[in-house]
Amino acid sequence: MMAEPFTTLTSLPMPLIRNNIDTDQIIPSREMKSTGKTGLADGLFAGWRYDTIGGRNSNPDFVLNNLRYADSQIILGGSNFGCGSSREHAVWALAEYGFRAVIAPSFAPIFVGNCFRNGILPAVIDPAAIATIEKADCAITINLSDQKISLDRQSWFFSIDDEAKAMLLEGLDAIDLSLKMAEDIASWQKADRAKRPWIYLGANQ
Amino acid sequence: MLMPKWRLLLPEPSTLFDSLWDSHVISTLPGGGALLAIDRVFLHERTGASALNALAEAGRAVADPARVFAVTDHIVDTRPGRTDQTLMPGGQAFITETRTAANAAGITLFDVDDPDQGIVHVISPEMGIVLPGCTLVAPDSHTCTQGAFGALAWGIGSSEAEHAMATGTLRLNKPKSMRVRFSGTLSKGVTPKDMIMTLIARHGAAGGKGHAVEFAGEAVRALDMEGRMTLCNMTTEFSAMSGFVAPDAKTFAYLEDRRYAPKGSDWKQAVEHWKKLTSDTNAVFDAEIGVDASDITPMVSWGTSPEHSIGINRSIPNDASQQPLDYMALQKGQSLAGTPIDAAFIGSCTNSRLSDLRRASALLKGKKIANQIKAICVPGSSRVKREAEAEGIDTIFRDAGFEWRESGCSMCFYAGGESFAAGARVISTTNRNFESRQGPGVKTHIASPETVVASALAGMVADPRELL
Ligand code: SF4
Repeated sequence: MMAEPFTTLTSLPMPLIRNNIDTDQIIPSREMKSTGKTGLADGLFAGWRYDTIGGRNSNPDFVLNNLRYADSQIILGGSNFGCGSSREHAVWALAEYGFRAVIAPSFAPIFVGNCFRNGILPAVIDPAAIATIEKADCAITINLSDQKISLDRQSWFFSIDDEAKAMLLEGLDAIDLSLKMAEDIASWQKADRAKRPWIYLGANQ
Repeated sequence: MLMPKWRLLLPEPSTLFDSLWDSHVISTLPGGGALLAIDRVFLHERTGASALNALAEAGRAVADPARVFAVTDHIVDTRPGRTDQTLMPGGQAFITETRTAANAAGITLFDVDDPDQGIVHVISPEMGIVLPGCTLVAPDSHTCTQGAFGALAWGIGSSEAEHAMATGTLRLNKPKSMRVRFSGTLSKGVTPKDMIMTLIARHGAAGGKGHAVEFAGEAVRALDMEGRMTLCNMTTEFSAMSGFVAPDAKTFAYLEDRRYAPKGSDWKQAVEHWKKLTSDTNAVFDAEIGVDASDITPMVSWGTSPEHSIGINRSIPNDASQQPLDYMALQKGQSLAGTPIDAAFIGSCTNSRLSDLRRASALLKGKKIANQIKAICVPGSSRVKREAEAEGIDTIFRDAGFEWRESGCSMCFYAGGESFAAGARVISTTNRNFESRQGPGVKTHIASPETVVASALAGMVADPRELL
């Protein structure tokens, strides 16, 4: 599904500076109750956010429950953010809750791919910059075309793969991109069918 | 670059991974990645309905439904007399919605009561759906199991599954290549599970990160197909993109006459094609690891990552980290052998095939497991279950005190349904000993079927070689 295009975003970032936040912490398996991509926001960070496992009483000490950050669209995270199982539900839960960007010193590779596919920007900047932003505790602006994060007069550059950037900027879906190559795919398959007919099932099963 | 002229005429020696990859590149993408042709997609009910529904909601169709398969294995109940009902709260919807979505998309579903139902990575080879030289993906991290057939098989995310179904392709960056060579021969009582656990224990759970791993060497050649599947199964625990073994006569013999395998002249042509799927003698890998198979002993995990594993006669290392030890209620320097257990589990896509059950039952025959132990055997597929029953294996398990189940993932993972008792210590043939993987607070020790049987009999972690 197409995501909203991502151009610039201004928001107060929510600090969650812990290293190795894994996908099971972002959304525990027990919270994945439906077969769809939605209905996951309530399970976001459930293990930290509620005071009992499977419960729904807010743990007031967890930052997500701090009203100051109620409208945050950016998470300020620790290193190796999104490690663990490849479950895309982690990113769906973040997106459904309303986050559009995660800023961290490093990310798990599969998580990064999942972010791009779902309209979330994972931006890498160094821990010192993250500490500065955390300390300032005020709104920052992310400008994707300039690949810049700015806070007052300071700014930090982040790198991003060209294709991923284009996808985010235009709200494009990878499937749309690939379907534009339908002719290449068809002619490749035609040639391949002659070489490996057994791959193409259907007629004789 | 200057190069002697003759060099230009010779093709560069290439790895099996290069041939698998290059033969599927449809086009090179601007970012340097590739649009890669995907030959087979397999779904299961935990992720299948969501991928199919998302596709349908976006108004897209499955490009070639004949090459997409689905099965109910993850959430389905494994207690005898099962129906669509399942112990996981809300679990039934995953089963019924997968059924509806699979029918609407026109793909083949191996449903709850299908004679070919079973764990995806067990039934795909059983039906010849995975073939040498093919690319196969599933939204499941243990898809690498199927690399045993000389295929490039790997786990993907849900959106990628949609992409693969809608376009017959994936957009990917090429990983690096690694060869892991097991030389020598395995000792008695040592199994492929111990090989892969040794590799991960020595080189770390991130040891294969960013790489596609070819398993080679005499000890790998000596394995039967089921052993090779066990070996490849845990390449995801090694953080590799996938693992595979070059196909050989054993591979072809296994696949011949299977339901979806090529037949007649296609078969002959296919085998000729598959015989070429090897790494060239001089091929250069980005990384190489050697392991002497004769050094390997039965392995058991002590912590909460598969890299926290030791030979069964060793003690927990003195530099072991404290957090996993606390969770497992164990101490540095302590020996694992002799640790009392509460439960034993034989099953999962790692170790639930007929050969696993045969070897386990041979050790169990005529014996009884320790009194207090809850022991469960879950065949990997309905076919494995039938074949085991025809050999009387179920009777041996039952007489020894094991429960004998319908096939599925069962207690390999906890999704809110059935589990071991909170905090129970379980010895298990599965692949993940993560915290609470088999139920809240459950302490999982992963090991081979032989070690699980020896431990169930003794009521404590025990060396299977004492039974031989
Ligand atoms: S048996 Fe376990 S590891 Fe294998 S596919 Fe099922 S849940 Fe995953």
